[in-house]
Amino acid sequence: MDFYYGLAQIIGVHTLLGLSAYMVLLTGQVSLAQAGFAAVGAYVAAMLTVLAGMHLFPALLIAGIAAATIACAVGFPALRVRGLMLVIATLAFGEAVRLFFFNFDYQIAKGEVRVGPLGGEGFRQIRYFPENGWTTFEVMLLIWAIVAMVMAALWWMDRSRTGAVLRAVGEDELAAQSVGINLTAVKVSAMAAGGFIAGLSGGIYAHYTTHIEHANFGVVLATFAIAYPILGGLSSVFGTVIAVVFIQGVLIEGLRFMGDWRNLLFGALIVLAMNLRPHGLLDPRSLAMLRRLVGRA
Amino acid sequence: MLALDGIAKHFGGIRAVDDLALTVAKGEILGLIGPNGSGKSTTVNLICGLYPVTAGRITLDGRDITDLPTHRRLSEGIARTFQNIRLFGGLTVWQNLWVAQNAPAHRKERGYLARWLGGSKQAREETGRLLDFAGLAHRKDELAANLAFGEQRRLELARALATRPSLLLLDEPAAGMNAEEIAALDERIRELKRQGYTIVLIEHHMELVMAVSDRVCVLNFGRKIAEGTAAEVQADPAVRQAYLGTA
Repeated sequence: MDFYYGLAQIIGVHTLLGLSAYMVLLTGQVSLAQAGFAAVGAYVAAMLTVLAGMHLFPALLIAGIAAATIACAVGFPALRVRGLMLVIATLAFGEAVRLFFFNFDYQIAKGEVRVGPLGGEGFRQIRYFPENGWTTFEVMLLIWAIVAMVMAALWWMDRSRTGAVLRAVGEDELAAQSVGINLTAVKVSAMAAGGFIAGLSGGIYAHYTTHIEHANFGVVLATFAIAYPILGGLSSVFGTVIAVVFIQGVLIEGLRFMGDWRNLLFGALIVLAMNLRPHGLLDPRSLAMLRRLVGRA
Repeated sequence: MLALDGIAKHFGGIRAVDDLALTVAKGEILGLIGPNGSGKSTTVNLICGLYPVTAGRITLDGRDITDLPTHRRLSEGIARTFQNIRLFGGLTVWQNLWVAQNAPAHRKERGYLARWLGGSKQAREETGRLLDFAGLAHRKDELAANLAFGEQRRLELARALATRPSLLLLDEPAAGMNAEEIAALDERIRELKRQGYTIVLIEHHMELVMAVSDRVCVLNFGRKIAEGTAAEVQADPAVRQAYLGTA
């Protein structure tokens, strides 16, 4: 059973990461910096609980705020570039963050052992959950409670004028400006909100794996983060969840029995899914159909 | 209410707009015409602040707006439509209007939060009125991208009005329209004038410009070559030369 709890944890953390990219993608910004924001969140949260002995919840909150602050700093220069240039710029930023943690040492003695991040060795012994007697099941519940809160917040935001404004900016920046929308404010806040969510996801990730290192937050994770909302479609936050379940649950775990063939099939199935559903797994039409079904029931 | 004082815009060596002075009085319709490439659209973009002027000042109701960013000029009461329609295609018709209800006047009103959340009765009435004006009430839940061409033009006009402007810049609103649609547009522009809007109309369709404009200003190579009533401008030899070449 623990295997499934573990899988649910992975899916939860990746869903948060996907939602952080969803938020930014709504304004038309393709960001490969989300893994970098997650790294900031992971290291900050872990250092707070392990080194400062803080409770997990304030540590997560601070990790989110730290990642949001960094995202804000990325958001301003990102205003001046768009499209492929932005992809490259955010990719470079993500790699810079990873390399920072590759070289980052900050260890203190705690009893017999020294704890804290140690460069390429990574940050071991993030034992908040085992030390406080959390079971895998409880950790999974915590993760999904956070996922549910973030999803509810984003879903509600999507239905308010904020969602329409974000999408308007994503559709046509010039027209958005011409109806009085402050592009700078909208794009930077979206980046900051995305950074906050990515920071949360990193913070939780650090605690359930108990060991993080720079290589966890590389280009592969950044690509996954942006792939979820693209594959799931931007019609609704649920598209992102479906995409994460599809990739992490079905493709990565579900195809394990195929051995070496898995990686090959993985790529092929993603290409197939994108061809069959060009507007995302949960496109506007299927969303409308679901609404009708729910309405009738 | 709007005054351009010696504005210029140079792109490298090209003088798209050169030492242009222009005033628009409150409540009038000013027709801005000229051959292709004469600087009409550049002028509109300068008024909106899409690019900075090379020289000159722009004032609106006596306030200098030359250095204001585009979204702030809206707060000063300017709204525009585009030559090639720019709607938010992925949003529905009423959402296009909702997004534009963002002027300082809106923000000061009671119930702005409710408007933000989409539940304000006032906001619904306001969008309702605009939809009626644009003849789009029956299509309010349709995605803007799915509208027919003429409907898109009307929605863009309604979206500009949703920002509660006092000055409307219409950049070739008749482009691509048939005679029937142009007649309807003519009527719509007159209705806007009756409601007290000040309008700058950039248009290639001469019949329309001459029919609705109080005053016409002709540009060529970024300079003003004539200004006056429709009849005066049509009789002006410099205008004839710009359009037809030297006789």
